[in-house]
Amino acid sequence: MHKTKFLDHVILLCGVFLMMAPVVVAFMTSTHDAVAVHLHGLQVTWGGHFTDTYKEVLTKKGGFTGEVTGARMVMNSFILGVGFAVGKVILSMMAAYAIVYFRFRLGVVFFWMIFTTLLLPLEVRILPSYEVMTKLGLVNTYTGLIVPLLASATGTFYFRQFFKSVPDELLEAARIDGAGPFKFFFDILVPLSKTMIAAIFIIMFVYGWNQYLWPMLMTNEEGFYTLVRGIKQILLVWVGSQIPEYNQAFALAILAMLPPVLIVVIFQSWFIKGLTESDK
Amino acid sequence: MAQVTIENVSKTYSGDMRAVNSVSIDIADGEFIVLVGPSGCGKSTLLRMVAGLETITEGSIRIGDRVVNDVEPAERDIAMVFQNYALYPHMSVRQNLAYGLKNRGTPKPEIEKRVADAAAILEIGSYLDRKPRQLSGGQRQRVAMGRAIVREPAAFLFDEPLSNLDAKLRVQMRGEIKQLQKRLGTTALYVTHDQLEAMTMADRIVVLNSGRIEQIGTPLEVYRRPESAFVASFIGSPAMNLIPAHGESGNLRVGDHVVAMTNGHAVPESQITFGVRAEDIRLRGEGEDADMELTIDYVEELGAGRLVHGRIGGAKLAVSLPSGEPLSDRLDLVLDRDRLHIFDHATGRRVRPETETAG
Repeated sequence: MHKTKFLDHVILLCGVFLMMAPVVVAFMTSTHDAVAVHLHGLQVTWGGHFTDTYKEVLTKKGGFTGEVTGARMVMNSFILGVGFAVGKVILSMMAAYAIVYFRFRLGVVFFWMIFTTLLLPLEVRILPSYEVMTKLGLVNTYTGLIVPLLASATGTFYFRQFFKSVPDELLEAARIDGAGPFKFFFDILVPLSKTMIAAIFIIMFVYGWNQYLWPMLMTNEEGFYTLVRGIKQILLVWVGSQIPEYNQAFALAILAMLPPVLIVVIFQSWFIKGLTESDK
Repeated sequence: MAQVTIENVSKTYSGDMRAVNSVSIDIADGEFIVLVGPSGCGKSTLLRMVAGLETITEGSIRIGDRVVNDVEPAERDIAMVFQNYALYPHMSVRQNLAYGLKNRGTPKPEIEKRVADAAAILEIGSYLDRKPRQLSGGQRQRVAMGRAIVREPAAFLFDEPLSNLDAKLRVQMRGEIKQLQKRLGTTALYVTHDQLEAMTMADRIVVLNSGRIEQIGTPLEVYRRPESAFVASFIGSPAMNLIPAHGESGNLRVGDHVVAMTNGHAVPESQITFGVRAEDIRLRGEGEDADMELTIDYVEELGAGRLVHGRIGGAKLAVSLPSGEPLSDRLDLVLDRDRLHIFDHATGRRVRPETETAG
């Protein structure tokens, strides 16, 4: 018994080490200055340049045009993450509502059409999507950044399953109480889906925050750069004898990691509730 | 408050599934009607058609003077109590009660007054601000009732409202619902599969089987003069004894026994089903001839009496006897001639006696 317990902990500790070590190394490295990193490689000790590095990363105007700051990139990432998550929740909730509660012609066919788009991620349809966005003149806009990513089979599917678990009698009681489709949706279904909405929001926020390929295609003005893109940009400044600011790259990586981690940690209980239990 | 008229109503689902078949019921103002039948008999479908939750394939339903076939549930002036109560889980009891009124644009003070009234009637005032999940089954049941009452509807519709409660609470709520309905004087349509609920609550019972009405009548009528073998077996506990038999020169022949019909109700000379309730059989008295001899299988002691299960010939028979005296293996029994029921063997319809003598 004791032996197993010990072994369990060893395995868990190995897991923790594997997961955490790179993060710790990245963080420690980001507190050294660029020269130290260049000379001695990755660091595992505290370098003392924490405030310098992070202040510079967040406020220094950088990039090719020298206009984009780290703070700006954080904001862009937030706009993308939140817009993406909110849009997806709204859209997939409405789609699921239509599929579950309305008998319309070919309803099932539509559901499966939405469902099969799971097999067609953005990467597959990236050229036509880009073409459409260009024609609409939405390159270098937040709209162009967010909208094409919104239609989501995952969200629709989650909400569909949830709505199906809501007892029919609730709908019937609401009908007798004089609630039409809108009222039922906003007065009954939305409040009931709260935990579900939270869970999907979290998943989608992280997903949106981490988008790389699409923002790279859709935005070429640096004012629209997201954090995830910014990291790469820093490493590209091989001008003359300049040393890449490795410490800043690591700082950006840490910054880019922080919001998703925080959101998951803070909303963890909601998240689990939403995905596992139906609050009825 | 209104009468409800159901006229030749049928419900056909896709294909030829006929859930309700040409049903007509006239419900008087303030009457308590119970629809009873086994599962799948169409009773819930019928109720839901009155509520407007199912479309009506044929026929018409009137509430008051208005044909409501194409009227939305909310406009029908009815209130429904569901089996699982269907309370809105995220709303407090107060909000649950008020929701329907709010949607109808009832002024706020009026809503508050009605909610307070209903809360007083149902004694739910102390938990108006709780959520449904914080309430017990019985309390939820009351809230569901309250939601129906605040609307002051023309008719209450109950869809097996007591089946989620435990036995003791069920008996209590049964009485309360009945009293409440009498007090409010609102027409009520109540669906149940429990014949005891039907007997105890109804002004009139409607017995349904396979989408058709088997019989409509007061509880006593239905109990004492079932129109068919189905009703006889469904209403009353224990179920009426139904035994295949045939007529023999006006008398009843059951296996080896001949029951002489001394009260002038001749039995037709054909294959019939004969029915007798357990309490209409007694032990042979002094100097009496026995009608039949029962071989006892087992005895159920009920406290107030005992139920003896046994066989005559091949047929099973239950007899209700007073408790106390020890029983032998065999009993000599006498049937109450005025309380015998004769049903057609093939159709199950009642053939004799045609008029009520068993009053």
